[in-house]
Amino acid sequence: MILRVKDLSVRLGGSHILQGVTFDVPPSGVTALLGRNGVGKTTTLRAVLGEVPAVGTVEFGGEPVLGRPTHRLVRSGLGYVPEDRCVFAGLTVAENLRLAVRDPDPDYETVHDLFPELRARAGQRAGTLSGGQQQMVALARVLLNRNRLLLVDEPTKGLAPAVVSAVASVLARVAEKVPILLVEQNLAVVRRLALGAVVLSAGRVAWTGAAGELLGDAGRTRTLLGVGRAA
Amino acid sequence: MKRFVPLVVLAALLALPYSTLRIPGVFEGGLNTPGTLQMLAICLVFGGLALGYDLLFGRAGLLSFGHALYIAAGAYGTDILISHFGWSLWASVAFVVPAVALLAALLGAVALRTTGIAFSMVTLAFAQVGWIVVNRDPGGLTGGEEGLPLDSAGLPSALVGVANTANLYWLALAFLLVVVVVVHGIDRAPLGRVLTGLRDDERRVSVLGLSTYGLKLGTFVLAGTLAGLGGSVHALIVGGASPHLASADLTLSLIVMAVLGGAGTRWGAVVGGIAYAYLDQRLTQVGGGLPGPLSQPLFVLGSLFVLAVYFAPGGLTGVLRRRERPA
Amino acid sequence: MSTVILLFLTGLGLAALYFLIASGLSLVFGLAGVLNFAHGLFLSVGAYATWWAAPRWGLALAVVFGIAAGAATGALVEVVLIRPLYRRHTEQVLVTVGLSLAGVALLQSVWGADPRTYPRPSWASSVTSIGSAQVPVDRFLLIGTAVAVLLALLAFLHKTRYGLIIRAGVENRDMVSALGIDVRRAFTLVFTIGGALAGTAGVLGGFYFGSVSPGQGASLLIFAFIVVVIGGLGSVTGSAVAAVVVGLLQQFVNYYGAAGAGDVSVVVLLALVLLLRPSGLARTAATV
Repeated sequence: MILRVKDLSVRLGGSHILQGVTFDVPPSGVTALLGRNGVGKTTTLRAVLGEVPAVGTVEFGGEPVLGRPTHRLVRSGLGYVPEDRCVFAGLTVAENLRLAVRDPDPDYETVHDLFPELRARAGQRAGTLSGGQQQMVALARVLLNRNRLLLVDEPTKGLAPAVVSAVASVLARVAEKVPILLVEQNLAVVRRLALGAVVLSAGRVAWTGAAGELLGDAGRTRTLLGVGRAA
Repeated sequence: MKRFVPLVVLAALLALPYSTLRIPGVFEGGLNTPGTLQMLAICLVFGGLALGYDLLFGRAGLLSFGHALYIAAGAYGTDILISHFGWSLWASVAFVVPAVALLAALLGAVALRTTGIAFSMVTLAFAQVGWIVVNRDPGGLTGGEEGLPLDSAGLPSALVGVANTANLYWLALAFLLVVVVVVHGIDRAPLGRVLTGLRDDERRVSVLGLSTYGLKLGTFVLAGTLAGLGGSVHALIVGGASPHLASADLTLSLIVMAVLGGAGTRWGAVVGGIAYAYLDQRLTQVGGGLPGPLSQPLFVLGSLFVLAVYFAPGGLTGVLRRRERPA
Repeated sequence: MSTVILLFLTGLGLAALYFLIASGLSLVFGLAGVLNFAHGLFLSVGAYATWWAAPRWGLALAVVFGIAAGAATGALVEVVLIRPLYRRHTEQVLVTVGLSLAGVALLQSVWGADPRTYPRPSWASSVTSIGSAQVPVDRFLLIGTAVAVLLALLAFLHKTRYGLIIRAGVENRDMVSALGIDVRRAFTLVFTIGGALAGTAGVLGGFYFGSVSPGQGASLLIFAFIVVVIGGLGSVTGSAVAAVVVGLLQQFVNYYGAAGAGDVSVVVLLALVLLLRPSGLARTAATV
């Protein structure tokens, strides 16, 4: 297991957002982290990264990492693609990428191969890009470096259907090399990419297993995720 | 039993001018000497001013850097009407306090369009205008850097003369009592919970369908009004108004008082204000005898404050409460 | 006409001082989220360090010493006082408030409350004629220094990796950490730069006013705050533009209006700007 989360709890502003979350992420393929809005998916990722104070255990590559500063954890090979992409709007595309480089030999080849558009737009301010293009920048930032695990938070949120499928294809290619923990609302994307699935409900893990098993059972999908749009 | 502690303290404070007790090292003379009574009166006024400020800072979470403006407006307004225009004390106060409230409403309406640090800076800038005006002595009204002594001709005889210092002391106590009743009244009312909600998470309050802008403005005006009243009382006790009342340093010291005592708690700001004003005056009295920077009250108080932020985040009252708890 | 030229250059000289203070404040606030009340203390430390060193080591070395003292104070304050309160912004502001009160009192206890005559290079106290106006040369020293600092800051922010980190951090410091960068090292850096610039302002302010006193930093600081808010928090270019506007407005209105009217007009300008675009100013600027 590349990531083991045990009894992870988070309290923020008096509310108990995570109440003992436990799950593992295998060292290959895509693991989906699912659940209704507000159950704590993003908080789980941010707690693993050390961006919110948490108690419990988090092991990354066999080492306990909870309490380690975010930047050191990231440098040990954990790539993060946040919700809403968080590209630096005032910086150019090239500057956004240059900032993210931490390996001595950044893999611009893969990035330009996956996103030829970014090379053409290198001098453009990231704030003026479309949502899909910003998502490319956000993904490119983690692909420049060698990582042992990627945390990817809602990469298709707010994107047009054609762009969603392009992003999903990129993630499928990336997942051949690096394991991904993926938060995703679009179940079609989950069905296409994910091997395993972890479902959160009210700050706890409600279900773990194979993604296909979960999505194959319409009733269970509805109770756990509260959606009827299982494609 | 604990409920009666404030009443016992109040009774003791009321009776204090009848005591001839001497506490060497703490006060220069006996408790009922005019010097000690005036010093205590100033402490009580600052206890009230600090609690009024804490309505903004500790309760509503509004970090205003311009509270001195309203104190100075109260002090100078009252002083000018009495000394230059020959108004009676009561007429002056009855005019000045609502006028200060209006001033707070106007400036607060602008400043509260911003939030966070920008709000702090805007209030600071507005108060700076007050500081400039007071120092420039427009039309000879404010007396510039020298300040404006209060003309005692317009005052009731009971408030004039060294022999009547006890009356000034009771006046200061009355002001503190008014602030305590108002602020604690708000704490107990549903409004108090809404205000702390505002401080902790503004979105939650606006979800309840309440206008956060209106609430904050109301609090700002109320705190400004109490400050204006306190300024008037201060002018009576020290016999005039001085530019220090309008300075940014005064607002900063109100923050220090609230935090030292325990911001947002029932009695924290009162205790902090009294302790600060006492130390400030006492260190000035004995300062000449202390070596180096210790002769500067602000050095001692500023350093104490920085230490308190690290080591006693709940302030004096927080420390006392922690002592109590394990027992 | 000669009055206008003199007022214009004097206003620009004042603007130069405001800019030197405001640019550091703005970067510190934009990146670290700290409203730094101790910034005026950095200025006073720089000014007094030069004043102290000038008769001992000569003015040139003393100026370098003053700037270094400002920078060292900035770095020290960040590492010792601000860093332990990481992310607790109100406490950080409170600590800088306490520090500014205690620091000014400390200077006062050592060198007294009264202004001290400031050493000046002889050429800076001479006068030159521009058209019909007699303009003191120190105005050009101030303006020249501020322009050089502006250009150097922009080059630093746009051409170096640390500049890139600072610009990104002003937008979103959590995301900078999430890219594997220790953003707190950048905090120390901006405090050091801010301290050095404030120290420079202290020395130049000494030349400009001809004297130094413990409270000098605090009174300049308030106008620098106004410049920072008008210019946009976190924006160096914005600070430069706002400093020029504020400096000129203040000089001209003070001369042609009533005494003190210039200072008041600056506050009115602040209120107007806030009324017209309140959210635009509360937000950090997108570009540095």
